[in-house]
Amino acid sequence: MKLIVAIIQPHKLDEVKTALEAVEVHLMTVTEVLGQGRQKGVTEVYRGAKEAGGLLKKIRLDIAVNEDFVEPTIKAITKGAHTGEVGDGKIFVLELTDCIRISTGERGGIAIG
Amino acid sequence: MNSGDTAWVLMSTALVLLMTMPGLAFFYGGLVRRKNVLSILMQCFIILCVISLQWILFGYSLAFGPDFHGIIGKLDWAGLRGVGTLPNADYAATIPHSVFMIFQCMFAVITPALIIGAYAERVKFSAFLLFTILWATFVYDPLAHWVWGTGGWLKNLGALDFAGGIVVHVSSGISALVLAIMLGKRVGYNHRPIRPHNLPFTVLGAALLWFGWFGFNAGSALAADGIAANAFITTNTATAAAGLTWALIEWWHNGTPTILGVATGAVAGLVAITPACGFVNPMNAIFIGMIVALVCYLAVAVIKSKLGYDDSLDAFGVHGVGGMWGTIATGLFAEKAVNAAGNNGLFFGNANQFLVQGMLVIVTIVFAVTMTWIIFKIVDVVIGMRVEEKNEIVGLDLTQQSEAAYTVIE
Repeated sequence: MKLIVAIIQPHKLDEVKTALEAVEVHLMTVTEVLGQGRQKGVTEVYRGAKEAGGLLKKIRLDIAVNEDFVEPTIKAITKGAHTGEVGDGKIFVLELTDCIRISTGERGGIAIG
Repeated sequence: MNSGDTAWVLMSTALVLLMTMPGLAFFYGGLVRRKNVLSILMQCFIILCVISLQWILFGYSLAFGPDFHGIIGKLDWAGLRGVGTLPNADYAATIPHSVFMIFQCMFAVITPALIIGAYAERVKFSAFLLFTILWATFVYDPLAHWVWGTGGWLKNLGALDFAGGIVVHVSSGISALVLAIMLGKRVGYNHRPIRPHNLPFTVLGAALLWFGWFGFNAGSALAADGIAANAFITTNTATAAAGLTWALIEWWHNGTPTILGVATGAVAGLVAITPACGFVNPMNAIFIGMIVALVCYLAVAVIKSKLGYDDSLDAFGVHGVGGMWGTIATGLFAEKAVNAAGNNGLFFGNANQFLVQGMLVIVTIVFAVTMTWIIFKIVDVVIGMRVEEKNEIVGLDLTQQSEAAYTVIE
């Protein structure tokens, strides 16, 4: 089992979701986050005072998958979120030691899907 | 008595109330951080309650009551004794005296509310309350008497202030600067950007200020007549010129125009035209508006950061600086052809009016600085003006009012 954490551009969420659904990945947690990468944030101006280093809005996806789904999930996120510009985001793949479905008490791989 | 005049001034009274709440409250409320927005709304709302009562009980009599040596009104009209439905010809011959009183009440309300911009995000609520009552009584009421009260010494010298450039804006703006300096910077100011939490609120507030200001300025004609119409048009014109000019300055200076800039410029335009609106023609209102955008932009974007004081929401930079320019501009552009009850300014051959307006500014600065310093010291000793640092970091909404504006999780 793996936990896939992806940081993507907010306007790419729809395309990423469509691509994930095409490979049968339907379960995910989506959060609005702030961050900066190679884009180095934004500069905002308030009453003539420049304030550099404002963080950018991003979307974070948390997706838990069984081993068979790791590569398709990564490919789907990349396909949906790619533009080739800096700021497209990153995908992190983490080992997942367990998963429990609260409603039934099922554990492990069966609880993920 | 004239029913048209009475109806217009009553309507204008409601418009000026709208300027404080919700206009100014949302203009300022949007500019603070989300942990302090309720403190701004609370301060504006409670000023409306407290000063309305102060005005009826004794404030109106101090400002407009029978003159005592040109410096203050006597307390003969305390509790509105003798302030009834019959007109008082000294102030407004065609409307009930009580209508003039309640119209002026809204000016007394908004003036201390403007100061909130200077001590926002760090003032203790109890101290703010005591400061406000003392300031209204010992700064606003005497100054209103000097400039507007029958027998007031500045009025007798020929000072022109149609709707409150001096009495409302310079007095509050200068006091705001004194407070900002005495109170010190907010925790983290200069080290970390302090960004407005809700600019749409600020823009909504600015739009309500513009709308309400028609009552403030055109209502100050105290009649539904040609002077009111002129004030209405000059108000709209100067505001439009100032909002546009501010945007153009930003475009040139920073590369992009901002909505906060347009809104701030518009408010600066409203401030600057306030003393002049009933005395100048609409073409000159354009100049007044363009120049106020320039001087206020310099004040908030250049001078403030150079000098390093933390006038949180630019109460001084917009109201103080804009009010001073407007008062001086009245001495330049006023003309009897617009208002026979006024006077000619420097550009219409009367240099004396220019000098009187300059003196008016200097007198107001000296008086407001001295009194604000004294009142601050008193309140600071009795209560303490500033919240503890840990409370400032948590925010005034939770520490002063035990409530939060926004929920993150239901």
